[in-house]
Amino acid sequence: MKLRVTWFDSLIVVIICLISLLVILPFLYIIAVSFSPPGDSLAGNFFIWPKHWTLDAYSYLLNADTFLTSVRNSVVITAMGTLLSLFVSVTLAYALSKKFLPGRRIMLLFIFFTMIFHGGMIPSYLVVKNLGLIDSYWAVVLPAASSAFNIMVIRSFFQSLPESLDEAARIDGAGEFRILYSVVLPLSKPIIATFTLFFMVQFWNEFFSAVIYLNDTSRWPIQPLLRQMVAISASNISAEAAVDAQMAANLGPNVQNAAILLAMLPIVIVYPFLQKYFAKGAMLGSIKE
Amino acid sequence: MQRILRPKRFNQLWPFYLLAAPGILYFVIFHYIPMSGLMLAFKEYSPFKGLINSSWVGLDNFRQFFGTSDFYILLKNTLLISLLNLVIYFPFTIILSLLLNELRLKVFKRVSQTIVYLPHFLSWVVIYGITISFFGPSGVINHYFTEWFGGSANFLVSNEWFRPLVIFQSIWKDAGWGTIIFLAALAGINPEQYEAAKVDGANRFQNIWHITLPGIKSTIVILLLLRLGSSMDSNFMQIFLMTNSLNLDVSNVFDLFVYHIGLEQFNYSFAITVGMFKSVASLILVLGANYAAKLLGEEGIF
Repeated sequence: MKLRVTWFDSLIVVIICLISLLVILPFLYIIAVSFSPPGDSLAGNFFIWPKHWTLDAYSYLLNADTFLTSVRNSVVITAMGTLLSLFVSVTLAYALSKKFLPGRRIMLLFIFFTMIFHGGMIPSYLVVKNLGLIDSYWAVVLPAASSAFNIMVIRSFFQSLPESLDEAARIDGAGEFRILYSVVLPLSKPIIATFTLFFMVQFWNEFFSAVIYLNDTSRWPIQPLLRQMVAISASNISAEAAVDAQMAANLGPNVQNAAILLAMLPIVIVYPFLQKYFAKGAMLGSIKE
Repeated sequence: MQRILRPKRFNQLWPFYLLAAPGILYFVIFHYIPMSGLMLAFKEYSPFKGLINSSWVGLDNFRQFFGTSDFYILLKNTLLISLLNLVIYFPFTIILSLLLNELRLKVFKRVSQTIVYLPHFLSWVVIYGITISFFGPSGVINHYFTEWFGGSANFLVSNEWFRPLVIFQSIWKDAGWGTIIFLAALAGINPEQYEAAKVDGANRFQNIWHITLPGIKSTIVILLLLRLGSSMDSNFMQIFLMTNSLNLDVSNVFDLFVYHIGLEQFNYSFAITVGMFKSVASLILVLGANYAAKLLGEEGIF
């Protein structure tokens, strides 16, 4: 059948193009400012194509200790968090996917309840503090290790695998850990990949727990540092002294926007891989929610 | 019939309990132990006496909280942001889904979806940074605003611009992502209905009005109720970043108040009181929303 294009189709295409443009333009502007000398963007005499190009901002950032330290911290936190979250979520979800397991319903209710009621910010803070985790990466990683939502989604994936698979392995004499490791996990690549990427994004974007749990700013990941770097230009916000003096002196709009770009770069890089999976993953979750 | 080989006795089942253990331990430590911390709402916390030995004060903290004008301001600000999201962000998401659904060129549809989903994965700090780049004192919007209207608008430090900016941020970041669930519902509509309508001579608008919208009605209702259920939660990260001393009149919401009182002024008991009020109110709203969904003949959230 041939597509007959009506004015209605054209109108929708135009609207969608405008919306997409509205999403893309900010990125183009950020890129343009990051490559322009500070005077140009302050004068506002260009929008998405710089008048003069310069790499100053990037060469400055890639030589700034404060910035590089925060990137390193982010990498460590992201790696720790992703591995821990995968471990905790997958093992629990796997156990809960077994319908024959006595006590399964109780455990499910126990986890589900945390979705609708929680102690809140201060009690959580006191727990982390009493565990002696302040100023440690664990303070950022542990409290975010899983969530009821993740468990429900991963569990429903495991439940969709045929039960006869485990049985066959069991008859062949494999132990339960062996079954999980050599039979179930290889078949679960789609869900593992989805959540690896979700967890990576989550920990890379982590901001607030770093602010409240890491007093030692040399342990700060990139997001809180970025906030201080950009907040300076919002004039009214006192930059709380964590951005060192030398860095503050160098903060032109080009450096700020280059930092924004570098902070989102890993996300933009993993996004194409993420994209393949997430629609399905999000759907699964929304049905179970 | 063959007997199905399933672990039954404890010596066969323990591996599963062992696998569940780290996860359960996580929920106990980071979700349930904090709930026990809520008892501080009924105590006057003293750092010397600790959680257990601090003296009980009954409902004093709650009386104090409901007695201040803060309470009404917080309630108003929190609910107003939720309400604006409900009447602006939410319909926008539905309209965007309908538009994407009407696209007939598959490649174009995929490309535009890829674009509109992307901002969802950026951190709020990045969104905040972009906002400053555009709306800050030296931002491009401010530049043209000054040129066209004369006089600059201090978007980031004004009470009037706070809500529009926050709603705009939410739409920019998440409206695309929000379409996923509607698009799934739209994909579930039986195409025969459209063919029947075509025979009856319906045009595209009539299709949308009489088939598409009714087809996703239950999804709309459920999501609407879920949003109502979370009216007490503002998007804390977003508000935390966008707030400052000059727009506090409109930006101060429950979570922010808890942060200031608890983590900046170390008044744990009072902060926990406010947090607990929020948690309990949210629980009631969620259960109420679920009950309403069932009354309307929908499946409910749980």
